[in-house]
Amino acid sequence: MIELTAKSPFDGMLPLTVGALSLSEVDTGAMTALSARKGQGEALASAFKQAHGVAWPRAGRATGREGCRALWFGHVHVLLMGPPAAPALAEWAALVDQSDAWAVARLEGAGVRDVLARLTPLDLREGQFKRGRTARSEVAHMPASITRIGAQSYQVMVFRAMAGTLVEEVQTAMQGVAARAGG
Amino acid sequence: MRISCPICGERDRREFYYQGAAVALDRPAPDAAAQAWDDYLHNRDNPAGPVREMWHHEAGCGAWLVVTRDTVTHEMLASDLASRVQEAGS
Repeated sequence: MIELTAKSPFDGMLPLTVGALSLSEVDTGAMTALSARKGQGEALASAFKQAHGVAWPRAGRATGREGCRALWFGHVHVLLMGPPAAPALAEWAALVDQSDAWAVARLEGAGVRDVLARLTPLDLREGQFKRGRTARSEVAHMPASITRIGAQSYQVMVFRAMAGTLVEEVQTAMQGVAARAGG
Repeated sequence: MRISCPICGERDRREFYYQGAAVALDRPAPDAAAQAWDDYLHNRDNPAGPVREMWHHEAGCGAWLVVTRDTVTHEMLASDLASRVQEAGS
């Protein structure tokens, strides 16, 4: 019988450091997508808060913290990262386990916004994309989720199958930004 | 070119997928005349000026939008959620 070994999405590829910038893998725990059943949005939001102690995020927002984070994840979608979603929430929502579907990385360091600006069409300026904001957009033409988790720190997610492409694209952008900075 | 999404705000055009004229929201009754189905499926106007189109915010929130665009100036005049437009129309 073949012995299978579980590997993380960025196994052997991360962490990566270029000058002051770094890209590292984040093990977020379970990931569950929640979509409210028709007309059940408010009931779901309060049940969610009660079950997980984290506010239901409005469009474009992330709530919670490392270990238990809720991301607005698209039109009528929220992604819970950390604990498995409480099964009781199925009364108001469709729950879909996406734990192995996404590669999650943290990009941080001085100049991090310049790196992302090379990869995504999002408006990342200070007034537009503060801490706690999240967006679905593109990163190097891949569907992605981008969340600001600190002053110089962003969480970037792409489909797991695209993990290698993300590393290559971000590395190239980091090298370009570091070279311009004289690092 | 930038398109205003009612959920995400103004975003780059590359996040969107173009579907076509917004006739998709006016599906004829199953027993409608052949002409009505012909118009729904195949016949389109090609005006120089404002047009109503369906766009999908594919790489963003995933919502379908009805966008009003001027084909002469490429100006984006208005946008709304297709679900809202359909509810208002029915």
